Amino acid sequence: MEPQLGFIEKSFDLRYSDLVREALDELPDCFTITDPCICGHPIVFASKGFLKMVGYSKDEVIGRNGRIFQGPETDRRSVMEIREAIREEKAIEISLLNYRKDGTPFWMLFQMCPVFSKEDGRVINFVGVQVPILRKLRLSGNGIVRSEMSLREAGNGAREILFRCCRSEVCSDSILELGHASCLESVSSNDDREFDINEPCEASELEKTKASTAISNILSVLTHYSELTGKLVCRKRYCLSGNRQLGASLNICLGRIKQSFVLTDALLPDMPIVYASEGFLKLTGYSRHEVLGRNCRFLSGTDTDPTAQFQMKECIQYQQACTVRILNYRKDRTSFWNFLHISPVRNASGKVAFFVGIQIDDHCKNHETNSLSPEMQQLSVVGAVKVAVRSLSMGASTS
Amino acid sequence: MILSIKRVPTVVSNYQKEEAEEGARHATGCGRNCLRSCCLPGAKLPLYAFTKMGNVVGEKGSFDIENKEPPVNFLDSLLLGEWEDRMQRGLFRYDVTACETKVIPGEYGFIAQLNEGRHLKKRPTEFRVDKVLQPFDENKFNFTKVGQEEVLFQFEGREDNEVQFFPNEPIDIDNSPSVVAINVSPIEYGHVLLIPRILECLPQRIDRESFLLALYMAVEAGNPYFRLGYNSLGAFATINHLHFQAYYLATPFPIEKAPSKKITTTTGGVKISDILNYPVRGLVFEGGNALEDLSNVVSDSCICLQENNIPYNVLIADCGKRIFLFPQCYAEKQALGEVSSELLDTQVNPAVWEISGHMVLKRKEDYEEASEENAWRLLAEVSLSEERLQEVKELIFEAICCNMDEEIVTRVMKDESDVTPQSHDDMDGLKGSRPAMVPA
Repeated sequence: MEPQLGFIEKSFDLRYSDLVREALDELPDCFTITDPCICGHPIVFASKGFLKMVGYSKDEVIGRNGRIFQGPETDRRSVMEIREAIREEKAIEISLLNYRKDGTPFWMLFQMCPVFSKEDGRVINFVGVQVPILRKLRLSGNGIVRSEMSLREAGNGAREILFRCCRSEVCSDSILELGHASCLESVSSNDDREFDINEPCEASELEKTKASTAISNILSVLTHYSELTGKLVCRKRYCLSGNRQLGASLNICLGRIKQSFVLTDALLPDMPIVYASEGFLKLTGYSRHEVLGRNCRFLSGTDTDPTAQFQMKECIQYQQACTVRILNYRKDRTSFWNFLHISPVRNASGKVAFFVGIQIDDHCKNHETNSLSPEMQQLSVVGAVKVAVRSLSMGASTS
Repeated sequence: MILSIKRVPTVVSNYQKEEAEEGARHATGCGRNCLRSCCLPGAKLPLYAFTKMGNVVGEKGSFDIENKEPPVNFLDSLLLGEWEDRMQRGLFRYDVTACETKVIPGEYGFIAQLNEGRHLKKRPTEFRVDKVLQPFDENKFNFTKVGQEEVLFQFEGREDNEVQFFPNEPIDIDNSPSVVAINVSPIEYGHVLLIPRILECLPQRIDRESFLLALYMAVEAGNPYFRLGYNSLGAFATINHLHFQAYYLATPFPIEKAPSKKITTTTGGVKISDILNYPVRGLVFEGGNALEDLSNVVSDSCICLQENNIPYNVLIADCGKRIFLFPQCYAEKQALGEVSSELLDTQVNPAVWEISGHMVLKRKEDYEEASEENAWRLLAEVSLSEERLQEVKELIFEAICCNMDEEIVTRVMKDESDVTPQSHDDMDGLKGSRPAMVPA
């Protein structure tokens, strides 16, 4: 995990310059910024307010996925809605029960929106703002029912705690002081707590406005600092027609796969690489922008056996899977034996849309007896890619 | 009177076709490399042993464990790799990734697939649908008759601290292993069958231990798009040999989007809710202080249903965090001639996947005309009426020793009739026609 931490923060700095953190830290809001292009869709920035609210230190949060804040009572359907918003690269606003580091749950309004690259329309980040919801015993129709139920179910004692809890939340600043969490603790340690914490919680208009304002402020900081590096970002996607993009969803799916592999577009002339895994970049020494858009043949060199190349060509032509052992070259021109498996990948219409190529450095092909064989690992990548491409090209048109 | 329907049985194994053609020929050393005594000696298969400890899902102290960033998930990789291997070896009857699929526009996003190859070459067979529990019949097709090459790995729980994997482990005949095998007529990528204690030849009937195994598989795979399903007899299971199904589909199922309303929480911390605003009425179970709590409440509910001769389907979703239970009556209606020919003509058998919103269609015209309305209409026929479900719920809650709060239940019913005015209009009238299903 540790060597990755630097890498995670660096990717953020490269786009927004290393001055961006300071500017974001000046914002009072609770928010996180995630990077869907990195394996595991980790948090790359967490505001001071956010860290204070959840009781984690910065190092405990950076590099982790946002799901660490969910807990047993977090509504699974809401979690699914967030997951789908990420896949569909859409903004979302939802009330969510999250957990602090000490295990105490709290309701917050979660607003998330994608940040696009101005250049190619790719999703670069997701910004997620969390506004703690102040719970009141509302006097609206539904609210009366709820408080009556909690009275009946939980008894007077619990009701008192409920009141105390609400009052202390009201008293504290919108960012909960950690000290006040002990009050919530007393609620959650009570067996009858469900009826307050478990009941769905609706955010007020004020809280919604607060979240939207925070999103706007963060976006303007990000936009401004992306101008410093020339890698501009924006809140609205500028669609470049004819430029086939792998969506963030596919990127997230593929990003989970650690092995070295590339995806090439079978429908574009000369089958350019449209995705290259971290493992591939590490193996070959190239950076991502040096390989995207190119045909894989740049890996070959003077001593590459033409018959292996021919074999690959034939497989691709007949849309079949094949495995070859081929001499390839890294960026620094050192060579390695590539134990390469290639397979066609069909999209939701059933047509071959991509080829996936999974590389294993034959020299490092050591196989621990109690793990998957290298061959099986390659096939599992093929499977994962097939599932991702098929499912994500179904054209979700859900509302 | 015996109620039965005629349907084309799904070919789940390459050895199932021969079965029909060869009749009841019993040879020793059958040469098929099957999983019976003739071929088992010396047979080896990969073995995945998960750890039974530390899988507490609902407890506060444990969610750190649960949320540890998983490396590439092992079971996921094993399953996908072995499945792709069988695909490249040509063991499937068709390439399911070549079957067109789409999300149907609408609020719920029902998923349609055009699968013209799945039902070819089989004669319709008579299936008895009025008995949810039937004894195991050695003479019919069962999973001990599949070829060993169709089996991907053995799956078992151990008390160890970490997952163990043995690429080539002998099959322990005395300890009847649970195995994961391919379905040679897949409805999506990675379609497999989990067959608990295969050599014990258990009939299709839920028991606590087997259900927990299935739940563990969902937890171990750790992928919200890998779901397990179960069909009872009378609810479109075609093979009376205990099995769960599972496959990958990286999009939410409509049932997962349906809102729910809590009925109660059990002493073990399992939250039970009504599914709202969905054409098939049912229950959703989630939470639990430990995985066993969730598992036991659901399996006890299933046991209650099967003992009361009520056909049902189960979906294990969201890495084992949410379980949907649907008592159903479609096959019974079909047998009684109460399903319209228009619906029957589509030959869609509403088993667990269809009920969850994944419709596998056999005719191109049905695929092209697929709409949320059509899907809804079919599924509405599957659902029990509100009154009938109420009776069934009372049976279930009695069985799992949980009292429903009358007031809440009444309120929920009212809410639901408010939100789904278009559905199940004629259902209530059917109530009287099936007293046989619940001995009062």
